[in-house]
Amino acid sequence: MVQNIIDVRNLSKSFDISSKEPGLKGTIKHFFRRQTKSLKVIKNISFEIKEGEIVGFLGANGAGKTTILKMLCGLIYPSEGSILVSEHLPFRRKENFLKNITLIMGQKQQLIWDLPPIESFYLNASIYDIDKFEAKKRIKKLSEMLEIDEELFIPVRKLSLGQRMKSELLAALIHEPNILFLDEPTLGLDINAQRNLRKFLQKYNKETNATICLTSHYMKDITSLCKRVICVQEGAISYDGKLDLLLKKLSPVKEILIVCRSEEDASKLENFGFTVKNKIKNEITIKIENESITPSLKSILNNFDIEDLFINEPPIDEVIGKVLIKKEYDI
Amino acid sequence: MNLGKYLTIYKKFLHTSLASELEYKANILVDLITAILSLVGSIFLLSIFFQNSGYIGGWKFEQALIIQAIYTILNGITNTWFNPNLTEIVKHIREGTLDFVLLKPIDSQFFISLKKLNPSGFLEIMLGFFLLFFCIRINQINLNLSFVTLSLVTISCSICILYSLWFFISTTTIWFVKTWNAIEVLRSFLYIGRFPLNSFSFSLRIFFSVFIPIAFITTIPSEVFLGLSQLWKILLEVIVALVFLITSRKFWLFALKFYSSASS
Repeated sequence: MVQNIIDVRNLSKSFDISSKEPGLKGTIKHFFRRQTKSLKVIKNISFEIKEGEIVGFLGANGAGKTTILKMLCGLIYPSEGSILVSEHLPFRRKENFLKNITLIMGQKQQLIWDLPPIESFYLNASIYDIDKFEAKKRIKKLSEMLEIDEELFIPVRKLSLGQRMKSELLAALIHEPNILFLDEPTLGLDINAQRNLRKFLQKYNKETNATICLTSHYMKDITSLCKRVICVQEGAISYDGKLDLLLKKLSPVKEILIVCRSEEDASKLENFGFTVKNKIKNEITIKIENESITPSLKSILNNFDIEDLFINEPPIDEVIGKVLIKKEYDI
Repeated sequence: MNLGKYLTIYKKFLHTSLASELEYKANILVDLITAILSLVGSIFLLSIFFQNSGYIGGWKFEQALIIQAIYTILNGITNTWFNPNLTEIVKHIREGTLDFVLLKPIDSQFFISLKKLNPSGFLEIMLGFFLLFFCIRINQINLNLSFVTLSLVTISCSICILYSLWFFISTTTIWFVKTWNAIEVLRSFLYIGRFPLNSFSFSLRIFFSVFIPIAFITTIPSEVFLGLSQLWKILLEVIVALVFLITSRKFWLFALKFYSSASS
């Protein structure tokens, strides 16, 4: 049986936030008497993650995804509740725990700006107690997986964003961590760079059985990497389960465009009992529930002379976007 | 703490910092010229003060030069290690890159205090030592083992006090986010350390001894050089240095509990 590597129970986090009224008067008031209030950004959440799982955290900006990741890796102290990651209390940041995890943030970098990435790799290797020979072996292996070679010897400031992100990944993985926390790793990358990064993460997960916790606003990252997603809405978990089940829940019907041989057939089909979205001459668009697609299509093909047929999947961004809209959808 | 590991890491820090700085040759050259001009300017200023009366606060010009030499060494250390590293703490906290430091399996204070190095500060340290040896000659100071030991102890304590003060102020960034001004004030106070403590009024002497112990930083080591020091003063400096070091360390560990990281 696969063990839980992350166990979160009744976790909450509050921050003291100061607010300021607009204008000069508000600024002066804010300077002398700052009004702060405690804001609960994470509200009593519980979940478990198994070893080797890739879990995507979905939510709108400010929903609390990054705060959860930062509490999981021990950067932020929780206000209430308990977290156990790889049998460690993360916020104690014990050496054994830190050697087991890594955090990659798409918008922040740890590479030394003026030097080639290889220098940062060897620095990280010495921090993680990896000898030069072993470090060289790991750099070679990871650079082959990431398909970077010459870039290792070019100053970071002269690399493209994609090349820099690959180098950041290499720097973050040189100690071969078991748990990867990725906060929007594909942010700002072009389509090819995004695809390569996803390919790499899939391969890394397959080869090392590493657990990956990922946040991303690019739905392609989530759909191609994560079987399981945790949706966060205003600091609370609104859904925790399989991605395909979520998609079915959010998009229970499919649109089917049917091109009939004659307008007469299209008119007959219009009165056949399906929900019709629209009809233009011999083309008719109907809506069918996911569960009854196969029998419905069989019946249409048996009873009508059909020239062509298209099943329109709603764009994934649009479907998942519904999760991100606060309070609108109760999943 | 594994000392061998930390030495290896520090060697890497030295290597990467030197390599980074050497990428910008012109900048190093400008820094070197600035260090020389700054020392010449300071000695010129000091000589103006001594032009009318031969003594200030009971110190001769040749004796006051020792304070200038120690100040130059400390300023060199500041420019070599403290300035490039401790000013970065503010940046780390503001931009949230402290996350990367805290997730490394090494001491975070060691990492943020020693990761960078500005090689042009070395010239200032060398100039300071050169001036110090010159002062030893003109003041006819007798070099013996106890003198060298006491000098090293007091200068080391001065470095510790200065580091702790700077680190303490930088740590408050975790709550206040911006503390550039406080660091600038500290640097301005350090300029005061170029003059003998006795040259200030009684109230200022108390202020610079008790509240901001600038007096300990330059005056006590200088007194050791001139054989004017009293044992209790040296012991007091050692105690102050230890208290400052331990307090700044504890304060850092306490402050980290309040670190909320920058939003993404």
